[in-house]
Amino acid sequence: MLIFVALIISLPFLTGSNYALTVGIFSGINALVAIGLCVLMGYAGQISLGQAGFYGIGAYVSSILSAHYGLPVIMSLALGMLAAALAAVVLAVPSLRLKGHYLAVATLGFGEIVQIVLNEWGPGGPSGFGDIPQFGIFGYPLKTTRGFFYLTWLVVAAIMAFSLNLMHSRSGRALRAIHGSELASNAMGLDVVVLKIKVFVLSAVYAALAGGLYAHYITFISPSSFSFFYSVLVLMMVVVGGITNLWGGIVGAIVITVLPELLRRFEELDVLAYGLILTLSLLFLRDGIVPLLIDKFRKVFTVARS
Amino acid sequence: MQFLFSGLTVGAVYALVGIGFNIIYNATSVINLAQGEFVVIGGLMMWFFTESVKLPFFISIILTISTAGLVGLLMERLTIRPLKKTDLLLMIMITISVSIVLRGLLMFKFGKNSYSYDPFTEGEPISIYGAIIQQQTLWVIGVTALCMVLLFLFFNKTLTGKAMKACSVDSTAARLVGINVSRMVMLSFILSAMVGAIGGIAITPISLMAYDNGPMLAVKGFCAAIMGGLGRGRGAVIGGFLIGILESMTAGYLHSGLKDAVALIILLLVLFFRPSGIFGGSAAARLRKF
Repeated sequence: MLIFVALIISLPFLTGSNYALTVGIFSGINALVAIGLCVLMGYAGQISLGQAGFYGIGAYVSSILSAHYGLPVIMSLALGMLAAALAAVVLAVPSLRLKGHYLAVATLGFGEIVQIVLNEWGPGGPSGFGDIPQFGIFGYPLKTTRGFFYLTWLVVAAIMAFSLNLMHSRSGRALRAIHGSELASNAMGLDVVVLKIKVFVLSAVYAALAGGLYAHYITFISPSSFSFFYSVLVLMMVVVGGITNLWGGIVGAIVITVLPELLRRFEELDVLAYGLILTLSLLFLRDGIVPLLIDKFRKVFTVARS
Repeated sequence: MQFLFSGLTVGAVYALVGIGFNIIYNATSVINLAQGEFVVIGGLMMWFFTESVKLPFFISIILTISTAGLVGLLMERLTIRPLKKTDLLLMIMITISVSIVLRGLLMFKFGKNSYSYDPFTEGEPISIYGAIIQQQTLWVIGVTALCMVLLFLFFNKTLTGKAMKACSVDSTAARLVGINVSRMVMLSFILSAMVGAIGGIAITPISLMAYDNGPMLAVKGFCAAIMGGLGRGRGAVIGGFLIGILESMTAGYLHSGLKDAVALIILLLVLFFRPSGIFGGSAAARLRKF
């Protein structure tokens, strides 16, 4: 964890280029959503193809409240997260009875509905709207890229710390128990339904936080950023990085955010490249990058020791 | 009335997609989220053969359907086979990723434009009960009906078809009586792809086809399949038409931007309240194998 923080602090000094920092900011924002999905999928074993919906809710609510109603950004961010939490509860209660494919499609449907609603009734409709206040603390807007970079990753670090703590606590173990076997967990007295809803809400809140940060950074949002494609992207981040490990969410987010930048020259092939990478990593890197690396490390160390 | 017919038209495609879902699901318990891409392949390849390569109509149809079948085969061989009995989650994501790959290929080859070609028969639109219908609409509905009949005959009267049905009921038992289950799986993908492609071929003259129509079609087709009860051919058809009509009416009477949402809302409602579908029996609270 400390290494992580050190890395973050040093990064801007290493690269310095605004472009790299911007990519870094997006990586961080995506990482937030990915961590949420990671918790949901890796630990609680539920699928969600609708994270973009919560991401969008967070972005739009926060933007509307701060731009049209003049609320301070931090407050509108918090309210955005609250809105997403409520939506998550509404969605979760009927959905979590479903399993597997059904749950996946239900969440997919949710994400799409959010996008359509935003398209129809969001301010500006499909074109979106701008002039969203930048993120500021007590009136001091955060104007530099570097500043926002630190902010984003600070939030990521905080969320990571919180999540890791959660996973190692009673609740975390309860979640993993559910993943293992819902029936057994129920038999042991865990309130499975409530826990599942809680995790769902948690992942939604993370996504909403990310959405809010996104909105206040770019100061312009439109429904097209919150599409099913984004939900799939987040899914990819989690899968490629490693479902079972929270760090995988971060790694995956970085990889998937950086990748299109690298692939930019292959303009027409980018969708194809995405698909191929996803397919290949699903087929071969079954557990994701992070567990794979951990495994390799362990082997190296045990060999060295003996 | 007009909406009824336009609803039937789109509904027919949803029905075909739903049937495709059912075929694969029945043989493998996998839900193929790349199903929509088969439809798109049908439409775009047909354009390719008729407009770009300028082949005669019937040859184009045969080539298009064969191409789709080939894609289905490749998909099964390369991605589903190696992953035999893994995680449900992995399966879902594999089909999603394949759909992305297919979309990428299509985008690469065809760009982001919408394509179309001439309707099957040229002629004046017909008027029925005050609604004006293009001839192609009748073709779409007719082709769908024909598919249904052919599939019915296939599954109930031919040995291969019955073998496939056996796999869906119990694959172990099927294997015991000598059915080559993996071949049936392969066949299910090929068949499903072809059915999807037929839908694409029929609908493109009316509503054009672009590389990214896939996911929406897949979701709505899946909705159709679930409404009818996952795995029940006739149910999917009725589900498809219902969705098509409701969507059309929404676009006409309410708000056209919402029409996509209609199918999704129906989907959510069905999933929440009657996951076994309108026609699934109560003994089928069978969220089968999940």
